[in-house]
Amino acid sequence: MTTTESAPAAAPRTFIGKASNYLEERSGISVAVKEFGRKVFPDHWSFMLGEVALYSFVVLVLSGTFLTLFFQPSMAEVEYHGSYAPLSGMHMSAAYASTLHISFEVRGGLLMRQVHHWAALMFVAAAGLHMLRIFFTGAFRKPRELNWVVGFTLFVLGMAAGFTGYSLPDDLLSGNGLRIIDGVLKAIPIVGTWLSFLMFGGEFPGSVIISRLYMAHIMLIPALIIAMIGLHLLMVVLHKHTQYPGPGRTNNNVVGYPLLPVYAGKAGGFFFIVFGVLVAIGSLVTINPIWAYGPYDPSPVSAGTQPDWYIGPVDGALRLVPPHIESVIFGWTFSWNILIPSLIFGIVLISVAIYPFVEAWVTGDRREHHVLDRPRNAPTRTAIGAALMTAYSVMWAAASGDLMATHFHVDVFLVTHVLQVLLFVGPVVAYFITKRICLGLQKKDREIVLHGIESGEIVRLASGEYVEVHKPIDEYERWRLVDFTSYAPIERTHPNADGKITFGSRMRAALSRWFYEDRISPVKPSELTSGHEQPESLPDN
Amino acid sequence: MTNSDQRSDEDAIDVQGGYSSGIAVIDPEDSFTDPGIEPHRPRKTDLFPEAEKRSARTVVAWMVLSAIGAVAAIVAYVVFPIDGHDISTVRPNNLFLGLGIALSLLALGIGAVHWARQLMVDEETIDIRHPQRGSEEAQAGALEVLDAANKESGFGRRTLIRRSLIGAAVLTPLPGIVMLRDLAPLATQGGDPAELLRHTMWTAGTRLTRDPDGTPIKASDVQIGSAVHVIPEGLTNETEDWLNKKAKAVVLVVRLEEEDLIEAEEKKSWSYHGIVAYSKICTHVGCPVALVEQHTHHLLCPCHQSTFDVADGAKVIFGPANRALPQLPIAVDDEGYLVAQSDFHEPVGPSFPERAL
Ligand code: HEM
Ligand code: FES
Repeated sequence: MTTTESAPAAAPRTFIGKASNYLEERSGISVAVKEFGRKVFPDHWSFMLGEVALYSFVVLVLSGTFLTLFFQPSMAEVEYHGSYAPLSGMHMSAAYASTLHISFEVRGGLLMRQVHHWAALMFVAAAGLHMLRIFFTGAFRKPRELNWVVGFTLFVLGMAAGFTGYSLPDDLLSGNGLRIIDGVLKAIPIVGTWLSFLMFGGEFPGSVIISRLYMAHIMLIPALIIAMIGLHLLMVVLHKHTQYPGPGRTNNNVVGYPLLPVYAGKAGGFFFIVFGVLVAIGSLVTINPIWAYGPYDPSPVSAGTQPDWYIGPVDGALRLVPPHIESVIFGWTFSWNILIPSLIFGIVLISVAIYPFVEAWVTGDRREHHVLDRPRNAPTRTAIGAALMTAYSVMWAAASGDLMATHFHVDVFLVTHVLQVLLFVGPVVAYFITKRICLGLQKKDREIVLHGIESGEIVRLASGEYVEVHKPIDEYERWRLVDFTSYAPIERTHPNADGKITFGSRMRAALSRWFYEDRISPVKPSELTSGHEQPESLPDN
Repeated sequence: MTNSDQRSDEDAIDVQGGYSSGIAVIDPEDSFTDPGIEPHRPRKTDLFPEAEKRSARTVVAWMVLSAIGAVAAIVAYVVFPIDGHDISTVRPNNLFLGLGIALSLLALGIGAVHWARQLMVDEETIDIRHPQRGSEEAQAGALEVLDAANKESGFGRRTLIRRSLIGAAVLTPLPGIVMLRDLAPLATQGGDPAELLRHTMWTAGTRLTRDPDGTPIKASDVQIGSAVHVIPEGLTNETEDWLNKKAKAVVLVVRLEEEDLIEAEEKKSWSYHGIVAYSKICTHVGCPVALVEQHTHHLLCPCHQSTFDVADGAKVIFGPANRALPQLPIAVDDEGYLVAQSDFHEPVGPSFPERAL
């Protein structure tokens, strides 16, 4: 006797049983549940930054969708007769009028606008901090270099989403922001005028820019962000999460809590906490009161106005340029005063994007890394990060140069000159200070491994001498402090097949010396046994 | 440290999966061994049934609070309506609706996290990692598939097909790019961009009027040291493309003591008894230069702090701008009102590539 079908399992009785059976017979979902349901996630507060960014994005989609139901992305002129009396009778674009309508006539409309704006700030901030976490712990190393690039793209897309959204209400402030974009576009050599005309559909401001930005803001950019988030998370699943060094954590395992149930409980709950915090801020703190600025008009402007924080560094870079740098070559105008700061900003961004590849080239390290570096254990990388952050912060501070000047009653010219100097000196100083701090902390770690923790207890020896009691640390604590690799600079350059030492290999040797010259290696068991007579055995260079 | 434990040779093969460890210093002989995962420390809720019960009650309390928040939000939506005639009703609506929703979300989140942290099993578990690259069989299998695809299609062999395919694929998207041309109007319809940027609404005889009410300005009414924000006569929001026109035509009129003015020879006739008119559009990237410092005769751009000296041809004395603000030559008509002698003699606003062509 032959059976062509395997007998179905006993028919489920409960509702949930029936429902999951229904789904199972149409998808075979059990495979995925079995495969991923107990996937392990390590736990650390710094791993939540990416989650905050993700959840803020969900909040953006929800609040943004609500806004689309009322917002009119049109520059058609209307006369205002809504409930905000100070603007009554004024001419303005439908976009601005509908934003007033959302704010003052739709119940919960102002709340959703404010939640949307705060979520936007949170999204970019969390993505930025997440990126810093990845950088300073070396989580971008093989096999995660490509995911670093995806994450970087997400950060840039977040800035683009923010800028396009911020411009939609067509108020005085955002209109000025667009005017600056127009000026920057026109500075692009040869094709600048055309690019500006293509973007604005003719002369600035024209009558189409809001609807074009709207398309980018609610469709194009969110679609790209969603695609990138999908790719990002897919790679996280493929690579499994990194973990901080610690007892039992190796390059070949991942230690943590299973997705179901603990991680899902924590992460799911955390989503609602992030959402709740954003709604609480949105109901308590006003942001972007567009009614106070008035509709866009090319004539008035008020001092001390600020772009959203993530645009600050670009704006600040524009401010730091000294006057009179522009040249005319074969009749074509080249506006270096705009091109150079844009270039500097671009270089900072690009060096961030390609950093993983540079570091891998310098170390020649082609192993996979799943255990994170503590920032102190990679002093040069940490110092480079601090230098880049300093450059970014100086540009950012420059965007508030005028506010600083009025606040501290100093000349705005002076503030600008100080920042101009800081832009070049600051990163260098930050580099050296950070490196020293890292090396100091590493020495401290060695001390602790070799001699234990200072207990604060002073005892008097029989000889009359006073000494502080050092408590030895347990093996778990010790492992946390010694589980890292140190790197030695490439000492010789390698001749290639023709017996020549190429420029590339010379440069690599030089770079590697710069990266790894100052280093402190982890304590070794052999030092521990002889360690008491020999307090430190640091490689001296 | 001896040289023997350094692997500065980039081709050195490390024990780990046969990949180069580059210049990592690895000495398996003399390193500590991993003590393994620390023993699990039980929580209060694992040890004491009362603590567990208390935690469970706490979770329930949060969930109840969340439900209360959701209901409160709906109640707030109804009992704090927005009255179209009373703007102060917006605030309570925003506040209480928002706080209700926030409570409902936060309590739900906190309750869930509490549950996970206090009551769910918290023993750490371990997953094993595998090298990222697939197994040898998997790679061989993939190669086989690609080989077969290549053979069956002849993709590698039929070079002509392949090249023509690539050629076609390169050209196919082009119409899509060409079609973007109409993002901006044709030169024949809207005018050549560079040409448009060279002209504004000002013509010989156009009166200077106040922004925004459009009243003409008597020369005798302009006080020494005062500044007037100006638009060309006839520019109202009824004017076609009025924002585009206004974006180029706004002017700032300032009156100084005649002897304070430093004027170039060819521009001596452009002012009227110490009254000068300059474009208000910053030559940096185009913000309105709207801040006037009375004592110093400086105009300050609020966007990036470019500073222009009105007494001296509005030349740049600080900031990123490159060029002086363009001057509008002015005179006075029969009735004593300020009028333009002509349009600006150079394009206003930010530089653009064709500016000097
Ligand atoms: C991806 C990240 C996003 C960011 C960073 C972002 C950012 C912003 C910002 C800063 C504003 C200005 C808000 C204000 O008026 O104060 C805005 C407005 C707006 N956004 Fe978004 N947004 C994002 C996604 C979305 C999505 C997915 C939608 C719709 C599905 C959306 C719809 C809108 C609408 C309709 C407005 C104009 C209404 C108004 O300003 O009141 N946004 N956005
Ligand atoms: S636009 Fe005036 S200084 Fe930049």
